[in-house]
Amino acid sequence: MRSTPTSQALPSTPHTATVDELTTRFETTLTGIGGNVVRVFSWHEIMEYIRGTFTSAQRIISAVPALDLPAAVTPADPHSFEDVDLVVLEPYFGVAENGAAWLTDSRMPDRALPFIAQHIALVLRVQDLVPTMQEAYARIGSEQYELGTFIAGPSKTADIEQSLVLGAHGPKSMTVFLLQLS
Amino acid sequence: MVSPSHPRQDHATLAEKFNRDEARVDWHDKTLWFIREKRDRAARTLPEWEDLREAASQIKNRVLDNLRDYLLQFEAQAQRNGVTVHWAANAEEHNQIVHRIIQQAGVTNIVKSKSMLTEECHLNDYLQEKGITVVDTDLGERIVQLAGESPSHIVLPCIHWKKEEIGELFHKHLGTPAGNADPKFLTGAAREHLRQRFMTSRVAITGVNFAVAETGEVVVCTNEGNADLGVQLADVHIACMGIEKIIPERKDLGIFLRLLARSATGQPVTTYSSHFRRPRVGQTMHIVLVDNGRSARLQEESFRNALKCIRCGACMNTCPVYRRSGGHSYHYAIAGPIGAILAPALDMKQHADLPFASTLCGSCTHVCPVKINIHEQLYDWRQVLARQGYVGGVKKLGLMGMAAVLARPRIYRWSGALGRWFMKHMPALVNNRLNPWYKQREMPAVPRQSFQEWYRQNRQQHGQQR
Repeated sequence: MRSTPTSQALPSTPHTATVDELTTRFETTLTGIGGNVVRVFSWHEIMEYIRGTFTSAQRIISAVPALDLPAAVTPADPHSFEDVDLVVLEPYFGVAENGAAWLTDSRMPDRALPFIAQHIALVLRVQDLVPTMQEAYARIGSEQYELGTFIAGPSKTADIEQSLVLGAHGPKSMTVFLLQLS
Repeated sequence: MVSPSHPRQDHATLAEKFNRDEARVDWHDKTLWFIREKRDRAARTLPEWEDLREAASQIKNRVLDNLRDYLLQFEAQAQRNGVTVHWAANAEEHNQIVHRIIQQAGVTNIVKSKSMLTEECHLNDYLQEKGITVVDTDLGERIVQLAGESPSHIVLPCIHWKKEEIGELFHKHLGTPAGNADPKFLTGAAREHLRQRFMTSRVAITGVNFAVAETGEVVVCTNEGNADLGVQLADVHIACMGIEKIIPERKDLGIFLRLLARSATGQPVTTYSSHFRRPRVGQTMHIVLVDNGRSARLQEESFRNALKCIRCGACMNTCPVYRRSGGHSYHYAIAGPIGAILAPALDMKQHADLPFASTLCGSCTHVCPVKINIHEQLYDWRQVLARQGYVGGVKKLGLMGMAAVLARPRIYRWSGALGRWFMKHMPALVNNRLNPWYKQREMPAVPRQSFQEWYRQNRQQHGQQR
C-alpha cells in the first residue's frame, strides 16, 4: 500500500446568499423536482393549509409540537404506520441548491414514517436554509445521529420509458412549508 | 440471465442482435443522449463543477492510497455503532455470508434494493438455489427480474424495455389489465405489489453508495425510497459493498452528493440520501465488505483508478457504442465503458472482447465525475489482452498486416492506389457481407487521387505562383 502525498484542495467555496435568495432558490429547485412549496408567515396558516388540502386524510401524524395535530404513540411496530396518510415533520435545515431537507431519527417518531406515509409535509424556517451540500455537512458536523436522511421531493421513478411518476414506493407528494415568522 | 458457466457470445455478436430492431436502437440511443444532455445542464448550473470533480478525484485517490487504514477505521467505527462487519474475499464468500445471515433470521423471502455488487456476485441466483426468494424492489430491477433478465444499465435497469412490453409483463405477473401501458398506472400497480413485500419481509438487503471511515455509517441513495422502506420495516438490514466504496470523512459527502445525481440523471440530488449509522431498536445491521479482485487491482498502476468509480452511469449515457449496442451486449453486471475496464480485471478470458467495444473517443473520461481515465484504460487493456494472447486470430492478422503496410511507404502508396481502383471498378469486392467494415455502413465515395498526390500537385502550383 502506497502513501502518496495528495494535495487536499477541497473547494471550500464559501457560498454566501441572503435569506431571500436562498428561499427563492430552494423554492424553484424543489418545485422543479416535484415538490410543493408553500410560503407561510404563521403556524396558523400551516394548520389552515393542511385542513384545507388533506381533506380526505384519515390518519395524520405530526412530530411538530407547535401544530395542533395528533402525535404518534411510540414505540410502535413500524408496520402499524402503513395506513398513515400524512406525516408532518420538522427538519433541521434545507439545502437551496437541491431542495433537500435534513432529518434525523430524533425528529422522526418512528424511522419508517417519512417513507411509509402516503404524503409528507415538512416545516422549515427560512433562516434554516443553507446554500449547498458543503454548508449542509458543515452544519451537521459530527452529530451522533442513528439515522440521518436528506429528502428532496416525493418518492419517484422514471424507470418506465423515462416517464416521471411521483409516488414510487414512498410518499406521493411532499409539501414544504417555508415559515417566516415576523 | 447471463451466467458465467454458459458459453456466451461476444459483444459484437450481441450488439448485432440488438441492432436488428432499428427503431428500438434509435430510441435507446436518443433516450440516453437526452439523459446525457440533462447531465450537462445540471453540471453547468454549478460554476465550481470542475473543482468538484477534481476534489472528488483527489479524495478517491487518497482512499486508494490508504485503503487498508480506512477500511480498518471504518470497521472499528461501525462495530462501535453496534453493526456487525463481515469480510468477504470473493463473490462466493459474500454469498455464503449473506445466506448465513438470512438463515439465522429464519426466513425464505427477502427484499433487496439496488446493489451492483450483488449483481457482480450473482447473489440472486445463489440464494434462489438455496430456496430463498429475493424480490428486487427498485421498479426497473423488478421489471427485469420478472422478465428473467439482468439490468442493462446500472442506474436505469430496464432502459431497453418499451412500456407496452412492461404492460404485457405486468399483465402476466401482476394481473394488470391487458393492453394497459400507461407508466403511471403500471407504477401504481408495482407500488401495490411491492408494498406487500415490504410489509412481510423481515430481512432487507441494500447496496452502499458511500461508507464513511470516520463515522462507520453507510449512505444509500435512491429516488424511489425502496431502500429505506425495506430497511425500516425489516428486523435485519444487510448492506453489501465493495471495499472501494469507502470515503474518509463525512464532510466528503458534501462533494460526492453534489456530483452523483447530477452526473447520473441530471437531478440536483436523489430524492433520498439516507445515512445508516446505527440499527433501529430491536434491529440488527450487517455490513459485508467485499474484495472480489479489488485489492489485486489496486496493485496495477495502469488500472487501479477504475476503483474510484461511484457508479453514476454517466459514461454509459454518453458512449456512442453503449447507446447503440445496449447494456446486455457487454455480458457483465456493469455495462458500458466502465464495465469494459472493470470486467477484464475480474476474468480476462471471459471479457477480452469488451475493451474493443469502444471508439476510444474519450467522451466517457470527460464526463466522469471522479476523473477516471476510462478511454486510456480501454486502450491499455487492449495492449495487455494482445500480449496475453486473448485477441482473436483475424483481428491479430489484420493488425499485423496493417502494421506491415503502414511501416513501408512504398507499399502503402501502392496499396492505396490499388484500393481506390478496386472500389471504383469492382465495388462488389468491398461492398459485401464478408467485409466487416461494410456492416451498417456505406463505403465512402472513392476519391480521384490520394491526399499525397493532391498535396504534391497543389503545393507545386502554389510554389510556382509565389
